[in-house]
Amino acid sequence: MATPATVQTHRAAGTPLDSRIHVERRSAPSLETSEIVFDVENAEVFYGAFRAVRGVSMKIGKHQITAFIGPSGCGKTTMLRAFNRMHDTTPGARVAGKIAYHGVDLYGPEVSATEVRRRIGMVFQKPNPFPKSIYDNIAFGPRVNGVRSKAELDAIVEKSLRAAALWDEVKDRLRNSALGLSGGQQQRLCIARTIAVEPDVVLMDEPCSALDPIATARIEELMRELKTRYTIVIVTHNMQQAARTSDRTAFFTAELDSTTDQRTGVLVEYDSTAKMFSNPSDERTENYITGRFG
Amino acid sequence: MLDLRGKSDTADRAFRWIAIGAAGLVLLILGMIALSMGDRARPVIAEMGFDFFSSTRWSPPDTLYGALPFIWGTLYTALIALALAVPVSLGVALFITQVAPRWLKKPLIYMIDLVAVVPSVVFGLWGVLVLSQHFGLGRSFLTAGIILAVMITPIITSLAREVIETTPVAEKEAALALGATRWEMIRASVLPHSKGGLVGAVMLGLGRALGETIAAALVIGSALGQITPNPFAPGNSMPAVIANEWGEADDMHKSALIALAVTLFVITIVVNLIATAIVQRSMRKSRGKAT
Amino acid sequence: MSELRPALDLRRKRTWRSTKSTLMTVLMGAAVAVVLIPLVAVMWSVISRGAGVMLQSFPDFFTAEIPLVSRRPGPGMGPAIVGTLLATGGATLLAVPLGVLGAVYLHEYGAGSKFAGAVRFMTTVMTGVPSIVMGLFVYLMWTMRFGYSAFGGALALACLMLPVVISSTEQMLKLVPNNLREASYALGTTKSRTILTVVLPAALPGIVSGALLAIARAAGETAPLLFAVGAASTYNPHLFTEANTSLSLQIFSNATSSFVAAQDRAWGAALTLVMLTFALTLTARIFTARFALKR
Repeated sequence: MATPATVQTHRAAGTPLDSRIHVERRSAPSLETSEIVFDVENAEVFYGAFRAVRGVSMKIGKHQITAFIGPSGCGKTTMLRAFNRMHDTTPGARVAGKIAYHGVDLYGPEVSATEVRRRIGMVFQKPNPFPKSIYDNIAFGPRVNGVRSKAELDAIVEKSLRAAALWDEVKDRLRNSALGLSGGQQQRLCIARTIAVEPDVVLMDEPCSALDPIATARIEELMRELKTRYTIVIVTHNMQQAARTSDRTAFFTAELDSTTDQRTGVLVEYDSTAKMFSNPSDERTENYITGRFG
Repeated sequence: MLDLRGKSDTADRAFRWIAIGAAGLVLLILGMIALSMGDRARPVIAEMGFDFFSSTRWSPPDTLYGALPFIWGTLYTALIALALAVPVSLGVALFITQVAPRWLKKPLIYMIDLVAVVPSVVFGLWGVLVLSQHFGLGRSFLTAGIILAVMITPIITSLAREVIETTPVAEKEAALALGATRWEMIRASVLPHSKGGLVGAVMLGLGRALGETIAAALVIGSALGQITPNPFAPGNSMPAVIANEWGEADDMHKSALIALAVTLFVITIVVNLIATAIVQRSMRKSRGKAT
Repeated sequence: MSELRPALDLRRKRTWRSTKSTLMTVLMGAAVAVVLIPLVAVMWSVISRGAGVMLQSFPDFFTAEIPLVSRRPGPGMGPAIVGTLLATGGATLLAVPLGVLGAVYLHEYGAGSKFAGAVRFMTTVMTGVPSIVMGLFVYLMWTMRFGYSAFGGALALACLMLPVVISSTEQMLKLVPNNLREASYALGTTKSRTILTVVLPAALPGIVSGALLAIARAAGETAPLLFAVGAASTYNPHLFTEANTSLSLQIFSNATSSFVAAQDRAWGAALTLVMLTFALTLTARIFTARFALKR
């Protein structure tokens, strides 16, 4: 464990600050060369009068895994939910600033939240399968979007379950209730359900926090496979997970406003994961990653 | 450029409006009840004035409509019903929550709920053919009060049970730890804690007893109303008069019966609203205390 | 010294305090007995007197028409059974969908709105409206214009059921976890589709259970039918035309008859009605139990 005296010492890039954290050596695609999916400019999220997140600006690249890390209450989940307009369903919640998706303002006047969410799917912290059969869980999204033919639905269900590495475990009991699956299986079912509508982006809100290490490892493996076809943004409280899976990492923290005594989330630093975990530019990032707070 | 406008959400908006319409129906029906009944009750009030509520002679052939005996009958039978039902309901609620072993609670609750399911006309039938004939009670205020008591006991019991169950265990244990007996614990912790909610439960029972028609109409005696505190005398109540006289009533008589219904409506609504307010306040208070 | 100190005595002592507590406990037990006495007595009368009538002329009791001359002994509650089913069924078709939709508005759309608050308050008010007032109201609005029919009865019963269905459904919607709604929205589903395909199916057992209890209550109501249904002794399978009858109306009119034959028919009708309401209540219980397992 690093002591405060060693914080300022320089290290070669690529050597993790904390030896317990293993950063995968991979060629992180740079933002300059990849297509930009989200372009966020000075985004803020309010719950009523309370400002939960302020001044977030960042670009998210196509077919990359972007991780949001930070202590609890730092607004990372709040920020994630702004990307597919989930805040529309919370009374009093409001997003300000600009979030452009492939150049289109997500909160523009003509934009339909429903259409946005069909393209930008979400996997939640707690597995939330519908109290329906495994088959009907996967087929739900396609049916809502007008797929009626049985053969077509069958094909989508199999394809999605295979993509989520769940097919072999459930192929003989597609008609059974999804609630009978284990927690890890349920979460993979939720991922399969999300990709069954062929989204462009998959948002993941601490998808492994309710799972055991083995189930977590399977989901992480799955994420690496999925990123060849989807853009993934993941919120995690687990730094090892961010280091293992992501290409780029954004570190959020909460700042206490001394006048209102409210904590507002801010984006501290956003860079390639290798850089973030070996040579962060901001002292707060370094303190968090080395485990001195949070 | 990417099109995120989506399909027109007509169906979505239509569904919302249908739901709003269904909810608005409640306001519409209540408004129509008030308007239509108020309108039809006007002639008799124009004729009788306040005497409608204060005079005691009800004689349709002479266009004399004094509703006081029926108001008395309604209130008196309801009070008899409360006097009988409240101690019993409270006893049952305390037995279920404080005394009964775990295995006995569910069956007891089911049995008492079953009483609430028996249609009121069946109680009326039993009252008129069994209770009034074989127990020498005749058709009277008391017979009506007994039948009403049987019918409101399950309501008061189940509400009282819910209220009593909100007593924090810590408060009960505090009393027991001081060496209190079970009854002393109930007096010291359970009853003071549940007082508000119990009053509300009793009021809701009262509201139900006031509005109950058929059982009372069968056993109260349908005597031309008399104002007497003698529980063995036959009498009449507002709903019973409406049910029994509507068939052969002319226009002014119908207006008088509707005016009775309006009076009954107003009394029950007021009682129910007070009751609901009391129950909700005490439930909120005790929940706040418990957490 | 120590010999003089009395030994610690923790044995049960018979004091006035403990006697009083025992006495009150006995009184509580007695209250339970007092509640169960009328239930047992009523059920005994209904079964002992009703079953005889019902079985003596089985199955004619359920199929034959009601004798026109009430002192003539013999079976016949067929038209009353049909009338009860028509009025209660009609009321169910009106009140359950509207009540569920109203509850959907209150819980899914109206959170925090003034209109929803007003509706919720008025629903409480409407629950307390005496059933005979509903009967008169329907008489004024419907029967005076369109005449006696089972539908008039259905309208009056529906007015009684509506607030009950709204509040029981709202309670059930509260139990549906919010993460199911979010899962549906995240798949690009509209709010109405989410409510129809996710929220309502998840709450269905509870909604059905609440609706069945409301139907059971409505099936036993008499006062609301009194002015709207009229009187009939022959089969009338038409919902919208001609006077009809019902089990409860038959009990009411035969109860005060001095003829034993008429009283017998009242007991038979009472047993039929009690069996119907108990069956509905039992079904509701089963739904509730299955819902409890799922959660």
